[in-house]
Amino acid sequence: MTHVISDTLFMTHRHVRNLLRQPAWILISLVQPVVWLLLYGALFRKIVEIPGFGAASYIDFLTPGIVVMTCLFSAGWSGMDLIEDIDRGVVDRFLVSPASRSSLIAGRLVQGALVGVIQSVIIVVLGLIVGAEYPGGIPGIAALTIAAVLLGTAVGALSNAIGVLSRNVETMVAVSNFVLLPLTFMSSVFMARALMPGWMQSIATYNPVEWAVRAGREALAAGPDWSVVLSRMGWLVLFTLVCGWLATAAFRVYQKSI
Amino acid sequence: MDNAIEARGLVKTYRGGVRALDGVSLAVETGSVFGLLGPNGAGKSTAVKILTTLSRPDTGEAFVAGHDVLRHPAKVRLAIGCVAQKSGLDLQATGRENLLLQGRVYGMRGAALHSRAQELIDRFGLAEAADRTVRTYSGGMQRKLDVAVGLMHRPQVLFLDEPTTGLDPEARVDMWNEIARLAGDEGLTILMTTHYLEEADGLARRLAIVDRGRVVAEGTPDELKGELRGDAIHVELEEHQMDGEVRRALERVPDLYDISVEARALHARADSGARAVPLVLASLEAEGVKVASVTVSRPSLDDVYLRHAGRAFNEADQEVKKP
Ligand SMILES: Nc1ncnc2c1ncn2[C@@H]1O[C@H](COP(=O)(O)OP(=O)(O)OP(=O)(O)O)[C@@H](O)[C@H]1O
Ligand SMILES: [Mg+2]
Repeated sequence: MTHVISDTLFMTHRHVRNLLRQPAWILISLVQPVVWLLLYGALFRKIVEIPGFGAASYIDFLTPGIVVMTCLFSAGWSGMDLIEDIDRGVVDRFLVSPASRSSLIAGRLVQGALVGVIQSVIIVVLGLIVGAEYPGGIPGIAALTIAAVLLGTAVGALSNAIGVLSRNVETMVAVSNFVLLPLTFMSSVFMARALMPGWMQSIATYNPVEWAVRAGREALAAGPDWSVVLSRMGWLVLFTLVCGWLATAAFRVYQKSI
Repeated sequence: MDNAIEARGLVKTYRGGVRALDGVSLAVETGSVFGLLGPNGAGKSTAVKILTTLSRPDTGEAFVAGHDVLRHPAKVRLAIGCVAQKSGLDLQATGRENLLLQGRVYGMRGAALHSRAQELIDRFGLAEAADRTVRTYSGGMQRKLDVAVGLMHRPQVLFLDEPTTGLDPEARVDMWNEIARLAGDEGLTILMTTHYLEEADGLARRLAIVDRGRVVAEGTPDELKGELRGDAIHVELEEHQMDGEVRRALERVPDLYDISVEARALHARADSGARAVPLVLASLEAEGVKVASVTVSRPSLDDVYLRHAGRAFNEADQEVKKP
């Protein structure tokens, strides 16, 4: 067990270091959420005036949404790197070694979680600068970050599962594009749930993106209803476990195919 | 334990029905170099994957360093090093970082880890490149680093899948020296696959020729060559000759086998080339056949290969390379 943890940390170290060696990646992953927050913040600023929207300031409403969306999109591409490692024989090299098999996926997820935390903090600070208010304070921000990172971990595991099964970058891109944007729009990232068409509201009930946004937004509110936050978190934990199990099963399929 | 590697009746069928191994048995004596030869698609890498616990056979059993590959893969993994055909290096990491991570997953830590990495960097002449990312390495440097990574945790048994493919002649000789040294001074058992017959001839104590998932010949290089009786005699004629006449002339020469005549070339084997040549020349002259040149050679592994695999090496290569 300790060896699973230490191997995961070694792999995490490898992935984080390799990311830091890609300045273009760092730049894009920092600039993208900033652009989203400022662009969508300006574009949809007036929709809070629609009766029944239920929020006073759009930037207050949007910031947790962008935190969740950023974690979702970073995680969606997590499987790309695994495909490259398989193609280069890196995965096989570790499979021949005593390295814990779970560390080969877990290291990527921990890296994703670390990146998610950093991105979340940056977006929250940026939101503050452009006028967002977080009545929930530090506990609220922490809860939002945890919810977003949980979602990212689950989606990252799914992305790795797709990567290891398809072993094809084009498939990965197609699936991610097909899934990520609709999932975002069928949640309250941009739009209050009360104003969505009825069928979309029903879908949102089962949308993990919605669970994360709802938990984060509730936690940031003044006098949050913690039962709402914790129940959504519970579902996210469950979802993460299911995705983790799927990734493990997918990895076994790969091992059988070698 | 006499054999560091033992495999019996390995069969492996891939999805789609490709039978990569069709009953392969091998035994590699502890402390020796064993060569696995064969054309593309023969099943060499599949055998290596099974022996290194990466892949599981449909049937058959294998023991490496005394451990059952199927029942105790974890014990096998600790004992072996593996340099796969596909490098497996992290291109975004430096050479040293690749070595350190490899050592860490084998449980090496601290000063022992760092000094072992440095030792291998020095030994493989990578000192100048050690702290550059592997992306900047030449193919030869990457292959050296591959081997260094495989040796990081001081394995007892080393698997090298085509260690010299793609290397220039000088780098190849370096690699040969290194392999010979590992087996000699360090007492490693090495199983290497290769396409180069002269490489197996020079390095391996024993070798097996694999074709279409089966071992078609096995023995020491000398034994295999010895199976081809005697020396090869090759005569070039000045003029095109009728097969029948020349053959009749040669059949009168005692101890001459495997006679074949094609246009202006004539091949045969004899127990002793030196004794047969004058007789061959005399009987050809008696028939009025003019000879341009004569060569006598000891059988090479190429001859062995051609005989056992039943088709030319190049032919087999091309057959498989076609998509
Ligand atoms: N993972 C795999 N899935 C399906 N078929 C495979 C797989 N690996 C190998 N094969 C097939 O098994 C056969 C043996 O392949 P193998 O890689 O063992 O040959 P090899 O002797 O190493 O060839 P080469 O000299 O080209 O490396 C080939 O027909 C190959 O296409
Ligand atoms: Mg091969």
